[in-house]
Formats: sequence, C-alpha cells, structure tokens
Amino acid sequence: MGNITLNKVVKAYGKLEVVHGIDLDIAHNEFVVLVGPSGCGKSTTLRMIAGLEDISGGEIHIANELVNDLPPRKRNISMVFQNYALYPHMSVRENLGFGLKIAKQPQNVIDQRVNEAAEILGLSSLMERTPAELSGGQRQRVAMGRAIVRHPEAFLFDEPLSNLDAKLRVQMRTEIKKLHQKVKTTVVYVTHDQVEAMTLADRIVVMKDGYIEQVGTPMEVFNHPVNTFVASFIGSPPMNLLPALIVSGAIWFDENTSIPVPSRLAPHVTEGQEVIFGLRPDDLTPEGHGIHDSGEGTFLELKIDLAELLGTETVLYTQIAGSEVQGKMFVPRDVTPGEVLKFRIALEKTHLFDAKTKKSVRIS
Amino acid sequence: MTSLHKRQVKAVLTWIATFILMIVMCVPGLWVVLSGFRPNREILAKPPVWIPEDLTLDNFAAIFGLSDAQVAIPVIDYFANSMIIAVTSTAIALLVGMSGGYAFARFRFGGKNALFLGLMLSRAVPGIALSLPVFIIWSHLGLIDAPMGLIIVYVALNVPFTIWLIDGFFRQIPKELSEAAQVDGCTRWQAFWKIEFPLARSGIASAGVFAFLTSWNEYALASQLTRSTDSKTLPVGLMDFTAQFTIDWAGMCAMAVIIIIPALILTFLVQKHLIAGLTFGGVKG
Repeated sequence: MGNITLNKVVKAYGKLEVVHGIDLDIAHNEFVVLVGPSGCGKSTTLRMIAGLEDISGGEIHIANELVNDLPPRKRNISMVFQNYALYPHMSVRENLGFGLKIAKQPQNVIDQRVNEAAEILGLSSLMERTPAELSGGQRQRVAMGRAIVRHPEAFLFDEPLSNLDAKLRVQMRTEIKKLHQKVKTTVVYVTHDQVEAMTLADRIVVMKDGYIEQVGTPMEVFNHPVNTFVASFIGSPPMNLLPALIVSGAIWFDENTSIPVPSRLAPHVTEGQEVIFGLRPDDLTPEGHGIHDSGEGTFLELKIDLAELLGTETVLYTQIAGSEVQGKMFVPRDVTPGEVLKFRIALEKTHLFDAKTKKSVRIS
Repeated sequence: MTSLHKRQVKAVLTWIATFILMIVMCVPGLWVVLSGFRPNREILAKPPVWIPEDLTLDNFAAIFGLSDAQVAIPVIDYFANSMIIAVTSTAIALLVGMSGGYAFARFRFGGKNALFLGLMLSRAVPGIALSLPVFIIWSHLGLIDAPMGLIIVYVALNVPFTIWLIDGFFRQIPKELSEAAQVDGCTRWQAFWKIEFPLARSGIASAGVFAFLTSWNEYALASQLTRSTDSKTLPVGLMDFTAQFTIDWAGMCAMAVIIIIPALILTFLVQKHLIAGLTFGGVKG
C-alpha cells in the first residue's frame, strides 16, 4: 500500500525554518500535486519524502512505515528530477535497468521489466542510445521509465516538465496522466504551474511560505478557494480581487458602484465588514457572451480599456470603481477600446474574503 | 577575392602559424633526444651539425656501465627512486584530491571558502622558498635523503592543484545524478563509484598526469633533500654528468631521454581520458 503520511513535518536550515509543520495524507494510488510559487517549500517537502533532505521535525510514513531515518534507497520510492538526471555514461537500457541491477535482480527479470517499461513509454527503438542522443521529450520518458521499472510504492516528480518547451510540455502532461492510469501508483508531483496542477491532480495541495494553504480536489480548490492567495494562484487569468465594504446588504465599492451580496454568502457577512470581492474573469462577461448566464446575477456598465482576442474568447480589460479587472467575452465579436458594454456578474460564482484575515467569509 | 579564397588563405596562414609554434616547442626536445644518440664531439661541433651523421647507442651503454667509457651512473636506482616517489605521491595526491574535491564540490561546511582560498594561496608560494624550512624540519625528522621525505613534499605540492582540478570536474556533475542513484537504490558510496567517479574520470586522470609530471620532473627541492642513491631522482641524477671541468652533454641527453620516455608513455596512455569529451547529455538539453 503506497500511502504517504506527513505528520507535523518541519524543515529548518539552522535557525531558518522553511517548512512549518505540515500535515498531509496521501492515499494509495492517489495523484497529489504540490503547487505554489517558488520558495514555498514544495520541493523541499518532496525531497524530505524522498529522503534527500533530513527531516527537522515531525514524521513521514510511507506504506505505513516510519521513514524519517531511512536513506532514500530503503524507502522504495522513485523520483523524476527536473533536469531528468539520466546517467550520461550509460545507454537508455542501462539507465532503465540501473536500479534493478543495484538491487541484484536476476538478468532475466531486469530485461523483462526494462522491456515492459520501454514498451509502455515507446522507448523500444532508442534502447542503445545515450542520453546525449535523445531529444528533451525522449529524455523525459527515459526518466519516467527509470522510475517505473522498480515498481515502487510511490513516484515523486519534481517539476518534471519545466525544462520542456510549451508544446511538448502539454504533450508530456498528457502522457504522465496516461501513465498514471496505466501504472496505478501513488504519485506526488511538484510544480509551480497551476495548469499542470489542475489537469493532473486527484488532489491539489496549495503551498505558500512553508505552509499548506489548502488541500482539495481541483474543483474544490478552484470553486471554493479558502483565501485570497489560493484564489489568485489557481486559475488563469487570475481572479480579480477588489476591496469593498458591506453596506446595507450590498457590496459597496464606491459611491457609484455597488452590487448585491450573493445570497449564499449573505449569512457570512456583517454590516460594515471590510471585504475583498473575488470575481473570476469567466464570471464577468458582456451580456449574452457568458457561460453562466442563468442563475443569480447582476449588471454593471463598464468601459473597455483593452481587448485581447484569443480565438474562442476575448479577454477584456476594464475597471470597477477604479481598480483594473479582467473579464471575458465568449463567442466574441469585435470590441473597440473605449466602448461601454453591459457586463453581467455571475453572482453565485463570486467570492468574498475578509479584508483582514484574507480568508473566505464562509470559514472565518 | 571570393570568400572561398579568403578561407583558403586563412587556412594556409593558420597552418604556417601552427607550424612555427610547433617548431619553437618541439625543436629543443628533439635536439635533446637527437643529442642522446650522438657522440659528444658532434654535439659540441662548431658550426653545429644539424643532421646527425653518426648515430650511436654508446651514450646509453655508458650510463648503464655496459661500455668501457668512464661514466657509470646508478641510473637504475635513480629510476626506481623517481618511479616510487612519483607514483606514490601521485596516488596519495589523487586520493586526497578526490576526497577533497568531492567535499568542496558537494558539501556545505563552515570555513569552506577560507579553506579553499588557503589551499590556492599555498600554491602561490614558490616551492623553492620553502626549501630551507623544509630542509631544517626534515633534517630533524630524519627525512633527508629518504624517499618518504620527497613523497611528503610532492604530495603537499600537488594536493592543492588536484583538489582544485577535481573539484571543478565534480562541480560539473549535477548533484541530481547522485541523488537519482541513491533513490535508485545506491548507497552514497555506490553512487560515487558507479556514477560520479566514471563521469569525473577524465578530470581525475588529468589531475593524475599533472601530479605525476610535477613529481617526476621536479629538480629544485629534490636536489636539496636528496644525497645518495637512496633517494636521488632522475633529474637530480642528471647533475652527475657535470664534473669539475667538463660536462658530459651526450650522457646527460641520453639520460634526459630516459626521463622523458615514461612521461610520454603515461601521457599517451591517459590521453584518451584527457580528450574524452564527456557529454553531459543526461542533464538538460
């Protein structure tokens, strides 16, 4: 059973603490993505799970075994590194079989597993090449192959796609997803790219400054961010966050602009409360060009500053009460800057955060 | 002039420049080697005899005491001393260099930069400036005229350099390779021998060649610290050919040939590693 449990795990370099006692339960065969900006402690956490960094406090269990003091080789995990870390002096075949050879597996087992992995990853024709003779995507596949031949309890991925160009990255992302469906194993995957997190994860762990901000399925994290950090980090373009006040049952931006408090959030706010209003660009759409045109809504007339045509949609830059916001126009028509459009805000999709704690009003 | 012409002219000029450089570098060596096979009178002839007219092995025979000529030099002893001293000091310098280079490249520890700088600065002190203090200490320790005395000196001379060179090669090897090997089931020790050592081999080989040649060729310190056939090395032995009034150039050149040959053989054996353009394709693209 490849479940992984982190219990109050701390990492400190001398006096500098970089991971502050995080708790996380990763189920058998689950695909968990640790995501966050650089320096948030996600890679350090992964390296602690791998055993490449000492654990300064707390406990890590892999497959119900305490691994705090076990070296990497005794944890039965495999890891894919950002720079692939293929052994340059070995052929693809030797790279794939290295772990099994070290484990003194009989040659026929090594051959069989290596060939099986090569088959899965489409490497069969490249077996005698050295890493230098492979393209970026092929190296990536060899690195994954090296991870799967050992049938480990868990795969650890440390930003495996960030060295690839944009097109290949999307392609390899799909392959990783497929691989996980074929080779059912626990995966812990670190990335700073929220799109990778959303597309790959069974569960996303959003981290910041050594703390876990939120753990949830991609849907939960996207639809119910617990604070403004998660709200702005997950989703592209990012959620608009506007300071506002609750005044007589309305969200008040300035003298000229206020909108009703969404009914589902009304019980959670108090009169006079300072809040931050969260609105995804997808939910601020010119009338007739939205994806949530039914349900609770309200309208604002806004002047377009700039329009970016993306094809199936156009990103519109405008302002609400002096703050720049982005909206979207689905099934777009031509928009000229300066034009005033009637925008619909899909109220039931909006968010309110307490201005002081930055937490969603639903939980604070 | 077309660009093809230009390129041809450039190529020819490059060849000529290379040729001149090669002459400057090789002729003295060639002269020594040739002189090893010529009688003294031809070497000293004025005007010089450029093309040898009378090639002979007499000089070598004389050195080894096989002819009735006056000189018999304990060349076998010198050779053995040189070999023992150079090989041992190189092996130790490499071992220390590998450990030190690896530590500098991989580990974080207090005073690392100061230590590294100190090692490099120790290279900046000319060895001969240390000869007097070394001589005094060695005489107290009874290390004068003992191979061990020279071995220690040469290790000290070579270690900063081997550490520096090998550190550079380990630095080029991403630490992720060792980590990947450890995740793959290796101990740190295994990861070193199976992954990092083979990749740094060319660097270690070049460090070895340099250390060996330094020890093999060193004259100044050896001439101070050796006395007899117990410890005299080949370069010091060369001075046996100078008598009060004469210098046996032919014998000296023949001996020089004997000194050059092992260095050439070693360099030749190791050059495969020296040139081995290791491609670090396993990492990044």
